[in-house]
Amino acid sequence: MQIRLRTAAFFLGLAAMALYGAQAQDLKSFEQKITTKVLPNGLTLILCERPDAPVFSYTTFIDAGDVNDPSGESGLAHMFEHLAFKGTSQIGTTDYAAEKVALAKVEDANDAYEAEYLKAVGRDENKLAELKKAFLAAQAEAEKFVVPNQFTDVAERNGAEGLNAATGLDDTSYFWSMPENRLELWAWLESGRLSDVVPREFYKERNVVIEERRMRTDSNPEGRLFEQFAATAYVAHNYGRSGIGWPSEVSQINATEAMEFHKKYYVGANIVVAVVGDVKASEAMPMLEKYFSKVPAGPRPEEMTTVEPKQFAEKSVVIREQTQPIYIEGYHRPDYHDPDDSVYDAISDILSNGRVSRLYRSLVRDQQIAAIAEGFSPFPGDKYPGLFVFGAIPLPGHTPAEMRDGIHKQIEKLRTADVSDEELQMYKTRTRADLLRGLADNQGLANDLAEYQTRYGDWRELFQQLDRVDKVTKADIRRVANKVFVASNRTSAEIDTAAPEAAAKAPAAKDGGAQ
Amino acid sequence: MKSLSMKNFFGITLALAAIAPGALSAQQEKPWEKIPIPKLHQFKPQEPERIELKNGIVIFLQEDHELPFVSGSVLIPGGSRDEDAARTGMVGLYGQTWRTSGTAKMDGDAMDDLLEAKAAHIETEGGEDSTVLAWDSLKGDADQVFSLAMDLLFHPKFSVEKLALAQQQEATGIVRRNDDESGIADRESSKLVYGANSPYTREPELSTIGAVTVDDLKAWHNRTIHGRLIIAISGDFDAAATEARLRAAFEALPPVVPEPARHDVFAGPTPGVYFIQKSDVNQSNVQIVGLGMDRRNPDLATLSVMNEILGGGFASRLFQKIRTELGLAYEVGGGFGFAYDHPASFRVVALTQSAFTVETTKQALSEIAGLTTRPFTQEELDRAKDNILNSFLFRYDTRDKVLAERVRLDFYGYPANYLETYKAALEKVTVADLNAAAKKYVHPDKLAVLVVGDSAQIKPGLDDLKLGPVHSIDITIPQPKQAPAAEKNQ
Repeated sequence: MQIRLRTAAFFLGLAAMALYGAQAQDLKSFEQKITTKVLPNGLTLILCERPDAPVFSYTTFIDAGDVNDPSGESGLAHMFEHLAFKGTSQIGTTDYAAEKVALAKVEDANDAYEAEYLKAVGRDENKLAELKKAFLAAQAEAEKFVVPNQFTDVAERNGAEGLNAATGLDDTSYFWSMPENRLELWAWLESGRLSDVVPREFYKERNVVIEERRMRTDSNPEGRLFEQFAATAYVAHNYGRSGIGWPSEVSQINATEAMEFHKKYYVGANIVVAVVGDVKASEAMPMLEKYFSKVPAGPRPEEMTTVEPKQFAEKSVVIREQTQPIYIEGYHRPDYHDPDDSVYDAISDILSNGRVSRLYRSLVRDQQIAAIAEGFSPFPGDKYPGLFVFGAIPLPGHTPAEMRDGIHKQIEKLRTADVSDEELQMYKTRTRADLLRGLADNQGLANDLAEYQTRYGDWRELFQQLDRVDKVTKADIRRVANKVFVASNRTSAEIDTAAPEAAAKAPAAKDGGAQ
Repeated sequence: MKSLSMKNFFGITLALAAIAPGALSAQQEKPWEKIPIPKLHQFKPQEPERIELKNGIVIFLQEDHELPFVSGSVLIPGGSRDEDAARTGMVGLYGQTWRTSGTAKMDGDAMDDLLEAKAAHIETEGGEDSTVLAWDSLKGDADQVFSLAMDLLFHPKFSVEKLALAQQQEATGIVRRNDDESGIADRESSKLVYGANSPYTREPELSTIGAVTVDDLKAWHNRTIHGRLIIAISGDFDAAATEARLRAAFEALPPVVPEPARHDVFAGPTPGVYFIQKSDVNQSNVQIVGLGMDRRNPDLATLSVMNEILGGGFASRLFQKIRTELGLAYEVGGGFGFAYDHPASFRVVALTQSAFTVETTKQALSEIAGLTTRPFTQEELDRAKDNILNSFLFRYDTRDKVLAERVRLDFYGYPANYLETYKAALEKVTVADLNAAAKKYVHPDKLAVLVVGDSAQIKPGLDDLKLGPVHSIDITIPQPKQAPAAEKNQ
């Protein structure tokens, strides 16, 4: 339902990416509670027994997101995610056999309309109007077979809580919590939508998604800023592309493309399902195995070949509009497999975590030029090389240029002098405590187990990464700061407040899209 | 479930279609209904221990030894609705400055250093009807962090520098408050319901936060600290030892002075269409608002079920119509709000592309009016009850949630078994109750419609709603003669 935007978390003052660590005995206690099984189709099931209350939470984690959208189809992964709430051949329909025929006609009508619409020369407006009418008629015909929202209705009537999904650039996740006696019902619903999706009400849902774009991006100053920022920082990799989709592309995604995406990426080897709560692995696993074996096997999708080339020129974006000023800048950094991954987290913690952090104390408390100042990474994703981003919100009367200078001063300090023993130790202590705190919540734990299993091939890494955290040294921090925080590797973006008449017309003023 | 293979499945469906073509209301098999739903595992939520001291102060202790943490809070009656209107925003500033200033023994910055090194926290915050001091730490640090928190509660310092810092932060929020479309719509629609100068909706301005002094904060603290405090401790602690420490800290205090009762008048909005221009958006934020409910309303359970039917989930009338059927909005929903000691607001929200503003508004209004004209069905009632009752246990599935609920009920003077009686009332709601409650409480003619958007793109215009003249609201941010934030910057 929602596109995951890590940018928003930044300005809400929340930590951008949780980082964890814990003592060895915690891993041992979790070894007792957790059962993992890889099914013949490649799908991984993780069950964690936590029987405090008669409930469970689950996360289905798909190792595919909008970074995988084919060229010209930005927003496709997210669009498919919306489709996954529309039911299957068994739920959401009065007569699937007839509906299937009707849906094929919708697709043909849409193809005919689009072909005419996209004609560079000789587009016939009368014919276009006719084709549109035919499309709407076909759509209305298919809708006769729909039982609207039946999939979610059954889930909600059976106590689903926090039912939602999120599509990021790297991955897509589906999740909710339920009373434990609905475990089998959930397994039927979830395995059904993973294996047996129907492109039901696709074109209306596309309008809903475009509305989501208007809300999150077009009509939101920070949404506009971060979209332009990423698009400028990247020249080759899909991290530079709008995650929710460029208006002209997301408005022309069709159901056939969405189903192809499903076929390619929703295969067993690309999916991890984690369940945490009042479940007994010995009883639940055979039942879950039966349902989730329905997911097609398929080959694991090929890895992306594009690697963002080394940046050699500093870039900047200046948006002049009526809203208040903001300053952000980013530096390319390696992906999460890099041996220095924890060093970036240490830098982020020391610069940004709480009122002891360097950016707070310098820009907010002492210089009194900013309301918020932070540095975090990775943005916009972590699977591929992302950016280390700094950002600040100026106090009234202060400018983006002052934010930039204040941030650069702190970066220079990191490059030229070691952080203190206390700062480094604080990072390690807080990391440990944050991991422990996160274990209390079924849903949070399900998300983490599924994500770590996918990213590292083993959920234990959630605990084991503490070893890497402990190994970070002061010299590491200085070395990484000198390597990454250099001008030629920098992209900055800012909003400069302009008087109404001087402000450039924001893209919102002219609605993009085909229909 | 495996008994019905795919092949059979199609066979059955096709056969049915042949016999009764076009009999669309009869749905094909519902395999999910054959899945057994066993009896739910026995569950008795652990209630916290409640101790009332002779002076009226209340203590809750909720043990939970799963993880090695202890957290605590002191809830203090009195909040922003009780502050002086000329100093609107004072309680917010108090909430920030209290903690950042620290105590006579240890200033706020030193406290930051000490706590963060232990991954511990002590924070303070100002709210609408209360302020709160809260802390948490690893078990091993719990005694030291508790002592620090008590020092902050009984010996706060309130420094001029930290107040200035808080004023700057607040000023930043004020000058930015018109950048975000949803922020504008939420704020201004509340003002329509309660009035612009109501204690529930008045806005901090640069002039009102600039008027706040350290003495104001001290006076506020010295008054509210004598109120009926509620202290709550949860986590991995020893109950007997903790109770002894709390008694030592609070038992000798004088009898509590209750916060004076409020006598607010809630008239509801002046009906009509209101508009706020924002030129940098391509989507309108439509809010239809009126007066909502106090939780003490005897028809609360019925209204809660009605909410679920109107705008609760995927199957609600608003969602089905505006999002699923018409594809007009991503975000759509709403209903009666409930507050514990005053009427909340009624609010239906839809975000739609500018050109569809009028159509979407009409659809939303029609769904609201439909509550009184389209009788509720047994199916709607059953669905809403299932939705609410089957997820009811998520209100108390963790010990922290149970504790938070008990503190809330105690604070507002509700019985401890409120959730149980509420659930029992929900189970008894009938279709007749719904229809009667709709007649009694749903008054489409008493609602205000607010649209935030770009008039250049809103075609047809709001006149097309045919709800009378469109009133423009000016949201220009008042500039004081001298901005307090600039003043303090050399």
